[in-house]
Amino acid sequence: MGLRLKHLGECVRWALLAAAMGMASGPAGAAEGPFPSTYRPAPAAPVAIVGATILTGTGAEIANATLLIRDGRVEAVGRGVAVPDGYTRVDGRGKWVTPGIIDAHSHLGVYPSPGTPSHQDGNEAVAPNTAEVWAEHSVWPQDPKFRLARAGGVTTLLVLPGSANLFGGRSVTLKNVPSVTTQGMKFPGAPYGLKIACGENPKRVYGGKGRAPSTRMGNVAGYRKAWIDAADYARKWDKWENDGGNGNPPKRDLQFETLAGVLKGEILVQNHCYRADEMAVMIDIAREFGFRISAFHHANEAYKIAPLLARENICVATWANSWGAKMESLDGIEENAPMIDAAGGCAIIHSDDGLLIQRLNQEAGIAMAAANHAGLSVSRGRAIRWITANPAKALGIADRVGTLEPGKMADVVLWSADPFSVYALAERVWIDGVSMWDRGDPRYRAPSDFLLGQPGQEFPR
Amino acid sequence: MIRLGVLLLALAATAPAAAETIAITGGRIVTMGPAGEIASGTLLIRDGRIAAVGADVAVPPDATRIDASGKVVTPGLVAAGTALGLIEVRMVAATDDRGTHKRDLSAAFDAGYGLNPDSLLVPVARLGGITRAIATPAYDDAPGRELLFAGQAAAVALAGRPMLMRRGVAMVLEMGEGGAERAGGARGAELVMLRALFAEVRDYKMRRTAYDRGETRDYTLSRADMEALIPVIEGRMPLLVTVNRASDIRDALAMARGEGVKLILEGVAEGWRIAGEIAAANVPVLVTPIENTPASFEALGATLANARRLADAGVLVAIEGNGNHREREMRYNAGNAVANGLDWRAGLAAITINPARIFGLADRVGSLEAGKDGDVVVWDGDPLDTLTRPVAVLIRGERQPMTSRATELRDRYLPAILAPIEGETP
Repeated sequence: MGLRLKHLGECVRWALLAAAMGMASGPAGAAEGPFPSTYRPAPAAPVAIVGATILTGTGAEIANATLLIRDGRVEAVGRGVAVPDGYTRVDGRGKWVTPGIIDAHSHLGVYPSPGTPSHQDGNEAVAPNTAEVWAEHSVWPQDPKFRLARAGGVTTLLVLPGSANLFGGRSVTLKNVPSVTTQGMKFPGAPYGLKIACGENPKRVYGGKGRAPSTRMGNVAGYRKAWIDAADYARKWDKWENDGGNGNPPKRDLQFETLAGVLKGEILVQNHCYRADEMAVMIDIAREFGFRISAFHHANEAYKIAPLLARENICVATWANSWGAKMESLDGIEENAPMIDAAGGCAIIHSDDGLLIQRLNQEAGIAMAAANHAGLSVSRGRAIRWITANPAKALGIADRVGTLEPGKMADVVLWSADPFSVYALAERVWIDGVSMWDRGDPRYRAPSDFLLGQPGQEFPR
Repeated sequence: MIRLGVLLLALAATAPAAAETIAITGGRIVTMGPAGEIASGTLLIRDGRIAAVGADVAVPPDATRIDASGKVVTPGLVAAGTALGLIEVRMVAATDDRGTHKRDLSAAFDAGYGLNPDSLLVPVARLGGITRAIATPAYDDAPGRELLFAGQAAAVALAGRPMLMRRGVAMVLEMGEGGAERAGGARGAELVMLRALFAEVRDYKMRRTAYDRGETRDYTLSRADMEALIPVIEGRMPLLVTVNRASDIRDALAMARGEGVKLILEGVAEGWRIAGEIAAANVPVLVTPIENTPASFEALGATLANARRLADAGVLVAIEGNGNHREREMRYNAGNAVANGLDWRAGLAAITINPARIFGLADRVGSLEAGKDGDVVVWDGDPLDTLTRPVAVLIRGERQPMTSRATELRDRYLPAILAPIEGETP
């Protein structure tokens, strides 16, 4: 710590606070189970980005600032921070620095490119409750879109199962690093998520097969029955443990294990839910069974219940532009995220798409511009949180990523221009302090194994 | 005499409703026409048409002024490849008029009928600066995939009457993977089938009277479909071919050359690889520059540099939006092409004058020139940037409301957020 403090200079006040936060241990449920992460950042020389405008992710915009990265962590950030000897200097003058972009809703790897039938691994659409499946077992690390998302500044992403089922399965949080195995991408210690879907998709998929659920009330009956069964399962395990763990334990059940993990607060609920009235019902279900919803995803109508969502401390992951494909998304508006933010809530811009994930910064810019046009007053410092600090919160990793505070993982993007502009390009990306993208260096354009030797790879994507 | 009467009626039907003079003053006018860019100029609109544009245009005393000082004035954007006027909610089949699955009506399907000017999508697109669009048919033949042609596209105006601007501006056909599937699963079958169909249409064209008497052989297509294809084989109506793989683009170019068909290429993910050939064939393209993923085996070479490389080779490039409800993103797509090397003016041309030229509408829209329709957008900054919004949109000389159902929803719920009342349940 002492060594770090030496370089702090005129650092803003929160930096000191945050250093302590970075030392904090992970949340409950972060312990590695089966399929543990094998991701270990490579050693990297310390880096100093000098002279850039830095959006810290805490709300601050600091002009002409310096960011120090050392041992994979943010070491210092602020104006007038001295650059010690031995640091690789990166000229940031005229450029912008932000925390690495975090996509709270992605299907990269589970719906990879090319989209062949052999690759459709995102929806186990054979039963309305498939809480037992884990998205990480469908992820194809050779999906070329991981590299494209990296070039868009995305350093962490939540990969979810699809929304065909009431309970789609476990999501997985990945660091966007090249890897042959999915374990090599897993965010160490990140809590798991459970994908739940409201509304049209489950009732269409199963109603269309002549089975439950075929209505929204059928959806809700399906959720409640599952939670009743899961609570029963959890009680059996609690009893066995309270009895000293003697005798045969209850038989493990993968589906109930995941649901019980939610009831224990170890697995975070990521809930696909468009309509305001349905979100309110889901909040009541969570209350009935004693769990929390981490975020509503898509949530085109969240702005209608923004104060409620803020009070309940539930994040809203949404878009600026997508609306109208379904009845439940007909009321989508550009200002959804900024209105959640204005109500004091946790607003997130997510992608759910292999193209949009490459320009979440622009989508946030569109929402910001629309809000300011409508009379709200949203600063860049505030808006960057929609794609950094707030998704980190929804994913349960806000103590490690999402802001540029000393002690945090050094996931950093250097942008060629105002990051909310259509003209901003991610020039450099660091993940855990390791250079993972350099727009000017062809080595970083190395395609995934799938694209190697394929036609038309001679120009940058 | 009769012909003149019809002409007069047609003129009356399309005459702008606005009998008003509007002067847009003080803005940086990017005309996309012969006047080029005017650092600070005036645009005069009279009776729905552009009367004058320039640095020294006198403003008549009766003119309604729109102050564009510090702002950017461009032609209304022209959106190719849209579903505007044809769709309301994609998952509600009754509101989706983009296509038919009736087997004996493919080429004859006409997007110019059944247009809905009251669609909720129209004001949203207008707020993205779009004033004209190509309502484009989409295939509705899955899973059988038996239709070769999706039908005929129509040019539409996003305000004023009638919505239909020009019928039959292109015949829509998918080639490559989708086309192969429609022909039974192989590209070779598709190309053979296409040539056989065109031969039948030529044959039919010479024997119409005999056909009506039942004295010809059986044709594969219905009478309506063959009638619809006559302008195509005569080179009067362009064939709009969606195609992506470099070799498929070559096949499309060769087919068009052999059949004497006028071509517009759409998609063209790998177009950059044979940009010179496309330019040499004088074939325009419609591209979505952000589509850079190898989404299928026919798009392995997709790249953000596609639009730039095509334009550099001399291809006439138009840039599309993101489909259906997301057409307003068209200008950002152009911006992304510029961020990846396309010249800024070429980027703006790709969403104004180029699509107007490609679909034969440049006599009316696409640039700010005296005599053209008064389609104008005033922006609070660079029209291609995410941080910019339009502040005024005029179509056929009429100022459009800067509202949509979405802004009404916003305004309904915003007060509760800005000034929450203690104890009130949201």
